[in-house]
Amino acid sequence: MATLELTRREFAKLGGAGLFIFFQTELAGAQEPARIPGRVATPADFNAFLKIGEDGRVQCLVGKVELGQGAMTSLAQVLAEELDVAFDSVDVVMGDTDLCPYDMGTFGSMTSPLLVPAVRRAGAEARAVLLAMAGERLGVPVERLRVRNGVVADATEDGASLSYGRLVEGKRIEKHLANVPVKPVTQFQVIGQSPQRKDALEKVTGKAVYAGDRLPPGLLHARVLRPPAHGAALKSLDTSAAERLPGVRVVKEGDFIAMLHERPDLAAAALAKVKAEFESSPKLPDQATIFDHLRKTAPQARVIGQSGDLVEGERVSNKVVEQTYLHAYGAHAPVETHSATAIVEDGKLTVWASTQAPFLVKDQVARGAGFDPDHVRVISRFVGGGFGGKTEALQAVQAARLARITNRPVQVVWNRADEFYHDNFRPAAVIKVRAGINAAGKITLWDVVTIGAGEREGKPFYDIPHQRTASAGGWQGGNPPDMHPFAVGPWRAPSANSNTFARESHIDVLAAKGGFDPLEFRLTNLTDPRLRRVLETAAKQFGWRAGKTPSGRGAGVACGVYSNACNATMAEVAVGTDGQVQVQRVVMALDVGVVLNPDGLRQQAEGAVMMGLSSALYEELRFQGGKVLTTNFDDYQMGRFSSLPKIEIVLLENEQTAALGGGEPPIIAMGAALANAIYDATGKRLVELPMTSQKIKTALG
Amino acid sequence: MTRTVSFRLNGKATSVTTDDERMLLWVLRSDLGLTGTKFGCGEGLCGACTVVVGNQAVRSCATPLKTVAGKHVLTIEGLGGERLHAIQQAFVDHHAFQCGYCTPGMIMNAYALLQKTPHPSREQILAAMDDNLCRCGTHVRIVSAIQQAAGAGKAGV
Repeated sequence: MATLELTRREFAKLGGAGLFIFFQTELAGAQEPARIPGRVATPADFNAFLKIGEDGRVQCLVGKVELGQGAMTSLAQVLAEELDVAFDSVDVVMGDTDLCPYDMGTFGSMTSPLLVPAVRRAGAEARAVLLAMAGERLGVPVERLRVRNGVVADATEDGASLSYGRLVEGKRIEKHLANVPVKPVTQFQVIGQSPQRKDALEKVTGKAVYAGDRLPPGLLHARVLRPPAHGAALKSLDTSAAERLPGVRVVKEGDFIAMLHERPDLAAAALAKVKAEFESSPKLPDQATIFDHLRKTAPQARVIGQSGDLVEGERVSNKVVEQTYLHAYGAHAPVETHSATAIVEDGKLTVWASTQAPFLVKDQVARGAGFDPDHVRVISRFVGGGFGGKTEALQAVQAARLARITNRPVQVVWNRADEFYHDNFRPAAVIKVRAGINAAGKITLWDVVTIGAGEREGKPFYDIPHQRTASAGGWQGGNPPDMHPFAVGPWRAPSANSNTFARESHIDVLAAKGGFDPLEFRLTNLTDPRLRRVLETAAKQFGWRAGKTPSGRGAGVACGVYSNACNATMAEVAVGTDGQVQVQRVVMALDVGVVLNPDGLRQQAEGAVMMGLSSALYEELRFQGGKVLTTNFDDYQMGRFSSLPKIEIVLLENEQTAALGGGEPPIIAMGAALANAIYDATGKRLVELPMTSQKIKTALG
Repeated sequence: MTRTVSFRLNGKATSVTTDDERMLLWVLRSDLGLTGTKFGCGEGLCGACTVVVGNQAVRSCATPLKTVAGKHVLTIEGLGGERLHAIQQAFVDHHAFQCGYCTPGMIMNAYALLQKTPHPSREQILAAMDDNLCRCGTHVRIVSAIQQAAGAGKAGV
């Protein structure tokens, strides 16, 4: 891996409020989003990540964003641990392109495996440097010094002491040391704990400021005209009625039409008065025909994994089953819609934006709104949910453009229909699996073609001698332009939700075909010790009763891997004759390596149970041609309090594996666990997500 | 119709002169600068904008300003004082939030529930909270938090 790191002197030149970008050729596992401007290495100078104030408070500076996943808390833990300061003395500054070191974005479960080690190294080196500085100041050999809560003390009786704050005196630390080791897991005191979240007080008091809560003096709220359908071009426009409303300012730049007002609802009222006609959009597929359309328009499938010989696999199988699994488009549907507040002062643009990727948005805004990137600052402090849907920020471009045009601060908050319309949906997918087993219950053949979902977790991890995995199209972009009627993109654990649904459903189909217990069938075909362990742990917690499926009990199992984290999920459901599914209980065993914050990980897993359940059972987008007919939550059912199952999360201890991301892996097996549980309850195999009550009712006949 | 609408807001006498058909949410957020109450759907479907009027949880995005004339409006900013309210404290204790965006609405909805039903059963909590959406999936913790607050608030929530 060729990494170009700036020397410290170069860094110092760039330091302070400047921008620093580091490039490297490869960053493992980091594929989102489609258009990443460059590959970026972590800064070599620890000063990029931390600042010690005269009062001893420590700032942790990171380009990640707090989306709710708890990174603000876990990163504070990590820095407190390595620096030997109190957790409470760490303030985390996130998502500010002027203050924080470059970060590609908050996605792909990368914070724990990639950023955490960098912050730990920074903390460990800074601690060693501070010890050396203290040794010099106190005239004591470093070996005799101890640190506790940010105070360096001579370990001898009545020894002198010096706080970090006094040592540093608010200045940048110039000294550096090479190859300072981080603490071993056995010495962790703060990592592995579950302190009160850093964002707790702001969030329960309403003081947490989101992008749409910024109200600079002179602010105008903007509502931007949206076409009725994707691909529809503006034909005629009459804004005269809107212009007659008091206080309305109208902006027309080509087909960029916005109504602005000091009150957001009155800007919306003005937009409602705009008469706009659009050319009808090109012929685009409907909800009813989408899967056939995907089959027809997908690019040539590319083989991404192959071993053995498929012909031989067919020959040695005594039962072969082929089945196609379908996954509909999915919306991200965060409760906070895309929001941005833009202000231009002295030629410099500042945009507060709800985005997962402030540094990408900085470039997007500069390009889209006509600013020099050096004069753009993007701040994303709190985001009301992202799930992959807030990596790009068209709303920030809109706000910046309007701020430039009007010379006033401008806020753009999409309404719910905008949000559904502009969302980059999880792509619909068609996944065909042909697989065989022998009489001993060994899987002998696996041939899968996945269209639309993308490659991640497409390849089976079972021990299969004859197998091939091919993939066509994905969420990363590069799809043929006529493949999807709207934008697609990453949705919490992209690719993996669709591919895991297909694989783990089909595993159960094979188990049922051979008359095997689904859990035992998995274990028979699996040597990976971490996957076996999560399965066995979940089974024990669940009280899995071995037997053939369908048993009538309504129990289902599925497992999966995402970003090297292992997950086994078991679900228990009751299915009514009306097709209504009540998920009664979900048990999940997780191995994400070293656990930084157990309560935080549990929270992610519980949330993934609800979001996974919601997506698998309820969430259905309606669309016709380029029109997104779903415009609000009355037409996009989601899991709610009445759908809440009993949730039991078991976190496995695994100190051999460095901390992995925990936000995405817990969701991947929910679809198949529920499909398998529904099959176990009813004997009906649902092969299309979402498994709405209507589809189940039809299947029940 | 533009007129002056007077009401009590978080215990203080408040008057706003504006079109009284406008929705309370926008008056709170924009005219009065109280941004703790959130916009989520604009049609009373998600509960992010929940405030308490009198003793009733209402969706402020679908509540015309004129309907609160003479009434007491309580928003997240008016809950608790120097110390957190028992419900807020319970949300902290259980980490009953992730992104935090739906949280003010959740807390205000729970507040109204406990006003009316100080010791709700689990089923009553699920039913009362069912129309408040949380995309992060913190439902299980929100239920626990409300149960804790109900237990703590025996002397009057």
